Amino acid sequence: MDVKDAASRLLAALPEGDAAGRTRFAELGFPSPRDEDWRFTPVKPITELNFSAASADADATLEGCVFAAIDGPQLVFVNGHYSEALSQVGELPAGVEVRPMSAGDCPTPPAPEDAFGALNAATVTDGPFISVADNVHFETPVRVYYLSTGSNGATANLRGYIRAEVNSRVTVLESWTGTQASYFNNASTELHAADNAQVEHVKFQDEHTGAFHVGGLHTTLGRDARVAHHSLALGGRIARNNLRAHLNGTGIEAVLNGLYLPRAGQLIDHHMVVNHEQPHCDSHEYFNGILDDDSRAVFHGRIHVHKGADKTDAKQTNKNLLLSDSATIDTKPQLEIYADDVKCTHGATIGQMNAEQIFYLRARGLDEESARRMIMHAFAGEIVERIQFETARQELDRIVWNRLEQMGGLVAA
Amino acid sequence: MLEIKNLQARVEGKAILKGIDLSINAGEVHAIMGPNGSGKSTLAQVLAGREGYDITDGSVAYNGEDLLDLGPEERVREGFFLAFQYPVEIPGVNTTYFLRAAVNALRDHRGEAELSAVDFLKLMREKIQLLELDESLLKRSVNEGFSGGEKKRAEILQMALLDPKFAVLDETDSGLDIDALKVVAGGVNHLKRVDNAQLVITHYQRLLDYIVPDYVHVLVDGRIVKSGPKELALELEERGYDWIIEEQVA
Repeated sequence: MDVKDAASRLLAALPEGDAAGRTRFAELGFPSPRDEDWRFTPVKPITELNFSAASADADATLEGCVFAAIDGPQLVFVNGHYSEALSQVGELPAGVEVRPMSAGDCPTPPAPEDAFGALNAATVTDGPFISVADNVHFETPVRVYYLSTGSNGATANLRGYIRAEVNSRVTVLESWTGTQASYFNNASTELHAADNAQVEHVKFQDEHTGAFHVGGLHTTLGRDARVAHHSLALGGRIARNNLRAHLNGTGIEAVLNGLYLPRAGQLIDHHMVVNHEQPHCDSHEYFNGILDDDSRAVFHGRIHVHKGADKTDAKQTNKNLLLSDSATIDTKPQLEIYADDVKCTHGATIGQMNAEQIFYLRARGLDEESARRMIMHAFAGEIVERIQFETARQELDRIVWNRLEQMGGLVAA
Repeated sequence: MLEIKNLQARVEGKAILKGIDLSINAGEVHAIMGPNGSGKSTLAQVLAGREGYDITDGSVAYNGEDLLDLGPEERVREGFFLAFQYPVEIPGVNTTYFLRAAVNALRDHRGEAELSAVDFLKLMREKIQLLELDESLLKRSVNEGFSGGEKKRAEILQMALLDPKFAVLDETDSGLDIDALKVVAGGVNHLKRVDNAQLVITHYQRLLDYIVPDYVHVLVDGRIVKSGPKELALELEERGYDWIIEEQVA
């Protein structure tokens, strides 16, 4: 099966959708490793799927999902289709709209930047629509669950839309989980924060480790907006996150914060481009990874400071802890600066849980297991602790802790 | 307090320590000097319990207990401390978090209640002033991106927090400028009491202007070949090590 063939097989399996978009995807086809943006993330295993359109499943449940203890509206999508049975929206304050995209008007999506974007735009089934009007502080988080019960090439294209208007405030918690291997989710979420809006967006991705996930987050920020995005990437055989941020006003504070914990057979990729387009904006990108077994991770982070974006303060770090000799990380932090007066730093570290560090901690009175634990948990905790919404933070901290307890560094001790 | 008898150790089959005898009592400061490769750092590492050293003969009694039988962390809990020559960077592990865990591991061992974050911070603020350390370092990862001098001062900060009975300082002076050296030495001197002891390993006599030893030992080729009062250090500074080596040969 060649790659060209895969694109047409996939299109044939999916609903009609938008003809121009289909043509565009057919033209672009799946990216190859020759494509610079996909150099370290070969999508061949996706092209080898026996594609079908993922279909609704009335038997799906939210059992075992995160954020269950949190009250508030929840939208549930099963295999790309809205599940009315599992969703609960309830009474919402004036100015707050929470609904599936399919239940109302959809704003035009941005022009797709790559094949997966084109595919998504052309064949999207549904997704969350969340909007908060001017001056509304919606303190209750909106939860969005994406459940997948399909297998064997079941493909869903989802599109999410979050808009926080001027002076508004909203928290969105996303959960991605699945029960079977070999499904494929191709998602795109737009997040628009208008002037002085505050948005916290958490993406907890714990897809089946045999599944494929491509998720785009396209953020545009207005003047003085404050946006924090947290990506906790645990699942997926191949999980790719395309993070794009446009800082399109002055005085913006953007935080992109991510943790990835791949284990045997997994590849987790964060591909990030932050555009500083106006002066006096701060952006901070923190990505930590702990890699076990033969897993792979990719971090690509580009901060693009456009001409005129003076007084930009951008800080990007990518830190990696390799628990196994056969784990691989490809990291590529980049700065592109066309403004004069800026403060930008970036850096990447790659380290192993080495004997020197463990001895050092033991030589300070910690037993060996505590030493290993400390190195791993603190590394992950650094990311998790930036989540502001406390109930979610505590729960995710526990999940990450438990996941780390299953990883090689501790068992081998 | 510490009684080293005929200590012999090998690294990868090569004999490094060839029979060390050394006795240190409470209230004393001992200095070990010696040329490169004489086994100074190996002695420090063996005392701290690092793996990879083959102890082929001898014993180390610490307050009557066999030190070599204890794991590194057990030694620390019994009041042993090593200030590392090359402190390790541990990215991702916050310095404050680490120090608090270390202090609490020790307290736990002694049957004392853990220090709360607030109480610990109070204790730490008091100690960092002693070392003239910038508080912002405590928010960073352990030793990560610290300058050479900051790393050494951070070692002494840890020593101050753990308040050991017996401390080994392994070339704590190397790489320090004179101001940093004074601060480090001041910290060490501040921690000295009648009921504890220090073993200072150094390549340079300079440190001993600030940390004044009761005894100086010269380590050459894995053996202590000469011991004497603090004046011995001055003689070494003037004459180097060759005359001692020659004395040995003769």
